[in-house]
Amino acid sequence: MTAVTKKPVNPIAHLSPEDIEEIGTRLDAIRQEVLDSRGERDAAYIRRVIKTQRYLELGSRAVLLGSIFPPAFIAGTVGLSAAKILDNMEVGHNILHGQWDWMRDPKIHSSTWEWDNVTPSDQWKHSHNELHHTYTNVIGKDNDLGYGIMRVDEDQPWHPFFMFQPVWNFINACFFEYGIAAYDLELGKNLKTPKEKRSEEFKANSKAVLAKIRKQATKDYVVHPLLSLPTGSFLPTLAANFTANIVRNLWTHSVIMCGHFPEGVETFEKKSIEGETRGEWYLRQMLGSANISGSKALHIMSGNLSHQIEHHLFPDLPSNRYAEVAPKVRAIFDEYGLNYHTAPMPKQVASAWHRFVRLSFPNGWLATTNTKNLPQQLVALYKISTADKRSRRVMLKLLERKAKQEYVPAA
Amino acid sequence: MLARSAQRGTLSRRLRALADAALTPLSVDEVLDGFHPLRSGTDLKGKIVAVEAETADAATIVIKPGRDWTGHAPGQYLQVGIDIDGVRLWRCYSLTHGPRRDGHISITVKAIPDGIVSQHLVHKARAGQLVHLQQAAGDFTLPLPLPEKILMVTAGSGITPVIGMLRNLFSKAVAPTTAITLLHVNQTEPDSIFKDELRALAAAGHITLVEHFDDRDGLLDLARLESLVPDIGTRAAFACGPSGLLDALEQWYDERGLSLDTERFRTALVADAGVGGTVAFANGTVIDADGATPILDAAEAAGVLMPSGCRMGICMGCVLPMKEGAVRDLRNGEITVVVPGEAPGGVKIQTCISAAAGDCHLDH
Repeated sequence: MTAVTKKPVNPIAHLSPEDIEEIGTRLDAIRQEVLDSRGERDAAYIRRVIKTQRYLELGSRAVLLGSIFPPAFIAGTVGLSAAKILDNMEVGHNILHGQWDWMRDPKIHSSTWEWDNVTPSDQWKHSHNELHHTYTNVIGKDNDLGYGIMRVDEDQPWHPFFMFQPVWNFINACFFEYGIAAYDLELGKNLKTPKEKRSEEFKANSKAVLAKIRKQATKDYVVHPLLSLPTGSFLPTLAANFTANIVRNLWTHSVIMCGHFPEGVETFEKKSIEGETRGEWYLRQMLGSANISGSKALHIMSGNLSHQIEHHLFPDLPSNRYAEVAPKVRAIFDEYGLNYHTAPMPKQVASAWHRFVRLSFPNGWLATTNTKNLPQQLVALYKISTADKRSRRVMLKLLERKAKQEYVPAA
Repeated sequence: MLARSAQRGTLSRRLRALADAALTPLSVDEVLDGFHPLRSGTDLKGKIVAVEAETADAATIVIKPGRDWTGHAPGQYLQVGIDIDGVRLWRCYSLTHGPRRDGHISITVKAIPDGIVSQHLVHKARAGQLVHLQQAAGDFTLPLPLPEKILMVTAGSGITPVIGMLRNLFSKAVAPTTAITLLHVNQTEPDSIFKDELRALAAAGHITLVEHFDDRDGLLDLARLESLVPDIGTRAAFACGPSGLLDALEQWYDERGLSLDTERFRTALVADAGVGGTVAFANGTVIDADGATPILDAAEAAGVLMPSGCRMGICMGCVLPMKEGAVRDLRNGEITVVVPGEAPGGVKIQTCISAAAGDCHLDH
């Protein structure tokens, strides 16, 4: 991946400014069609999902009161994992996007909703809705690109630190909700700031996160295990809740990786979005997202982020409508010769992981490595890693040039 | 005893705290609402138990209110919130029931053409549906002690607060001695809501009923008021009906130095699209906003501190409750109107894509 404007073959070079504005007009029309037909059916949908989620969670937690018995442990853990995933994805994520604000129900509103996640919804709304959705895939502006700890684009300079990124990507996946909380707090940046210089906002936000963590942990790791104590199920319930949190974290992390990180999803330079028109913004969303193909159950469990392209084009439309607009959106992609990026989940997850692994090495290193030259390549990698800043920069450039001459660049 | 009930209070508080801790981020209340929406201690709701037709386009909606309903004074109105086509809409309707053993309450609604809520309530509402309620409000009530002589002037559905008063007055063991004249104006006889009940009250000698039908008697000419009600100047006067009639009546009473108590119904005024208006904030600041500029931009340009986010209608970071007024969605021209009292807490609008379409009041 390289910002589109730096690519040898720019995937949008064939579009005239008029084409781009025409795409925008047609997408606006699709959006308007949904708005005009939005009504009771949609309201009934989200209420049904919320109700299902609540019954599933209450039921699973009730079953876990007897989790000393293996069937109860398994059923409860599976149910609770699914309930937590539903809460975070199809319910929480989408309500917090304001997709259901039009119902004017204060109980199902982006300004009042709270979710089963250690990140307070207010903080997530800022970092996600405002920064990520506005500056999608713009290097240096959209912190979702690597969350500030990973190298996900060729244009991000390589550092030996990144060689371990597959490891901490996995750790981040396991504890994803904490990763998001830290990310929303800009914890890294703020911890580097001397304590007395940290902003009041940061202090207030950290307090809110800690309070939320305490509530979540009390529920999952104290109250419910204690309630299970009479059947001798303290530890099994604790383990079930821990497992459900991990399962939810791994799942949400995977879904979110599929949205922007599979190979072939485009990134953009900061300067390319100056004075961006609505048509150009739409185009960036079209090229900067990837879908997951699959069953209806997969769409619901992914919060319809399996329709990431449609979601990024119309983040405030009710999620149950994305499947319906997808064929119309795809027709526009086809007509204008753009790549509608979609694949089954295992393929998208593998593709995203491939990207993390590839970019954990210097540009071109993986492409120029084969079983025969592996020893030399490892020596070269060691030299690059231990070199001082200036010589490293030179070595990285040489390696990149060599890869370009000898090998066809990876897709 | 006292110690024991205090203990019980602490115990139930502790149990509630424990349940809340087990259910966070939900609360016990939210979970219980799913099973028992009319219980005490939650947002007031009601269940429609019957929809009774009154005329071709008017119906009485009988509602079982939630446990926390505190009752009303006859003549007061009820704010009802109902989900229509997925959107919660709030309207005010006068309470029309008399004393009832079952504790149910009722409103009587006349379906006005293009009235989304009134059409829905009259023609589509069914027993079993849940509605959202606020406690009764309004000061259109009879004074106590009752004046010796009263004149009530009602037109169309303006009879609704008055029928509530009459039903309560004349269900008492001892009927009041007050001399009540009711001038009831309708376009035609079939349009007249409660006409049989009113005629029965008149036949029983409780009230003097003067029925006026426009198709039979011509439009009501206020010059004839004194001949219709000869002792009008000595009667405490109450009027409810369309704005035109109330304005004329008020003028009539003012000219004679007499006082009149009125109850007005909703009058929704939408400025022409693109006209703009003023935006008032809670701290008293008022700014001018044209019909093409987002309120967010106009307010910031005028130095008001505003919450903001993506500035393109996506992130909901700029949402503020509008207590009153009209705004136009700059993306599709859709108008959102808020009439005071019809949306408790206001309607939340996105200031970054909404332009003023009239004078607005934001709670910020």
